[in-house]
Amino acid sequence: MTDFIHPAAIGQHTGAACLPAATPCATLPPHAGIGLKPQHFKSVLEQQPCVGFFEVHAENYLVAGGPLHHYLSAIRAEYPLSMHGVGLSIGGESALNAKHLSAIAQLVDRYQPTQFSEHLAWSSHGENFYNDLLPLRYDEHSLARVCEHIDQVQTALKQPILLENPATYVQFTDSTIPEAMFVREVIKRSGCGLLLDVNNVYVSCINHHWNARAYLDELPLWAVGEIHLAGFAEDTDDLGERLLIDHHGAPVADSVWKLYLEVLHQIGPKATLIEWDNDVPSLERLLSEAEHAEHCLHTCAAKPQGIRA
Amino acid sequence: MSKATTATLSAASLALALSSAMALTAAPLTAQAAGDNERCYGISLKGKNDCAAGPGTTCAGTSKIDYQGNAWKYVPKGTCEQTTSATSETGFGQLMAFKEKASS
Amino acid sequence: MTSQATFAQALLDPDSGTPATCQTPSTRRFAVYRNNVISSLSDALADTFPVTQTLVGEEFFRAMAQVFIRQSPPNGPVLTGYGAGFADFIEHFAPAASVPYLADVARLEFAYLQSLHAADAAPMASDELSALLTDEHALAHSGLRLHPALSVHQGNFAAVSIWAAHQGHGELSQINTQQPEQALLTRPQLAVEVTPINTSGAQFITCLQRGNTLAQAWQQALAQDSHFDLTQTLSLLLRQHSIVGVQQASHTR
Repeated sequence: MTDFIHPAAIGQHTGAACLPAATPCATLPPHAGIGLKPQHFKSVLEQQPCVGFFEVHAENYLVAGGPLHHYLSAIRAEYPLSMHGVGLSIGGESALNAKHLSAIAQLVDRYQPTQFSEHLAWSSHGENFYNDLLPLRYDEHSLARVCEHIDQVQTALKQPILLENPATYVQFTDSTIPEAMFVREVIKRSGCGLLLDVNNVYVSCINHHWNARAYLDELPLWAVGEIHLAGFAEDTDDLGERLLIDHHGAPVADSVWKLYLEVLHQIGPKATLIEWDNDVPSLERLLSEAEHAEHCLHTCAAKPQGIRA
Repeated sequence: MSKATTATLSAASLALALSSAMALTAAPLTAQAAGDNERCYGISLKGKNDCAAGPGTTCAGTSKIDYQGNAWKYVPKGTCEQTTSATSETGFGQLMAFKEKASS
Repeated sequence: MTSQATFAQALLDPDSGTPATCQTPSTRRFAVYRNNVISSLSDALADTFPVTQTLVGEEFFRAMAQVFIRQSPPNGPVLTGYGAGFADFIEHFAPAASVPYLADVARLEFAYLQSLHAADAAPMASDELSALLTDEHALAHSGLRLHPALSVHQGNFAAVSIWAAHQGHGELSQINTQQPEQALLTRPQLAVEVTPINTSGAQFITCLQRGNTLAQAWQQALAQDSHFDLTQTLSLLLRQHSIVGVQQASHTR
């Protein structure tokens, strides 16, 4: 994988003034960031909180004008931005929605986010959009299709993207490739990076009785460009097995913090997002969660950064 | 200021109306409301939650179980109960209508 | 059917079981996805239609939303446009028939959201407006270009007052819900503003929206109501930063 320096990335803000500036490049600063929510727009501009970056869902900004663009532009001028897509349906059986991809490309062009990421999942089929990240079968066919879709996205956006590992609740009988190996193969073939969602690793490993350590060892951790942390909800299936739901509506669990620290010790500090999308708390509560992540990043800062394969 | 009731549809009166409107707009809103007997449009209302941006996409699941099924068993039970219904003798139109529906 | 087609179909069908290719005897696991879809889209509708939800209560609203979602799932990932057909659906949804004004309120709320996210446009400057007064004839035969966020609500019930009461303006119990109401929706700065207007005012503005000249729109508004007040209506449009340009008459005098 070659380092891709986006021309527009040169000279852009590389971190909030309170944080040590990282070298201007096409990666997010190795600090903690939070999701940007409309209810926090005004507080963010007034308080200028100390966070490494903000992340937004690209689809929510595919509107013509009004307050969303007004505030995102103002905040973008002060902070690095990560754009996270939830609707390209990269894991879908059908072709990518060309109109949607072009709208995303325009948005990326407008805001010049440091990074664009998407999911290893599908969310559209036929005419319908399901507003959920749905699981796919892992085999040679789906591998080729996912790589082709990522290639189309990277061509349209003129930059490599990050692909997020999923949280899943079912597996398919006709899958032939283990998930982590599938992710590794996609990254190898498409040249995209990895958005390592540590909560998703934990949730999937509990749900499917996989070993989280072994799963992580299988992933190409050298390609991690960003880490996601979130809270999950505890449930059980009708056989009485633990069923964790990736609901982004609670603080990050201790077990996930532990796994996160293990990853950081292995790969060094990486930009880390606190995701809290349901029952969104106050900005202060989000910032204190980010502060915890920042503390973890600090303890691992001594390690050499960016292990390359 | 010419009242539309007496105005002829002339270009001159239209221009006059626009220039009056411009003058009116330049004046503070309170002065307009307290002005002569012109019928004035009321105050413009804003939503109480001025940072609500509408629906958003999600990349998370939910642990909240929603009703799933086809059997309908609900009655409107919200602020609509505070409105008076002109069509209902009791004033609780919604409940009456539901009973009619349920028994039909 | 492809495996995703089977999966997708089962997501919206409460009577369908877990798709055969799912490697689990537990129905609860597939149900997580079905629930995510219905729940997240119900949340989306609740965010677009908050007053509609408050009027009938969360339980009724979410159950009604589910019926709609199964009939009309979104056709793309931009959810601000989802629910365009919700008001029409409510109008024909039998269990909501006891709240006859509900569809009108939903119509107003959908228009409100579209206005919030509509394109930006700068209002005409006062010197540009003044320049129009120099040629009265040309002015009368010109149309006005209105702000993209402007829309006119014309309902059969008192949806505007009902909506306003939920924003802290007025008492719900004092409203004659059967009274047809109209409103102008604008976005002069970053927030949408809802201004109650009369029928002739609504007529005048919708005529301008359709591309009619000022003279034509005035004539039609007067035909609606001989008391139509042109000055007040133009003043409202100016106050709300809603006049963004002039459509000059194409013919020469």
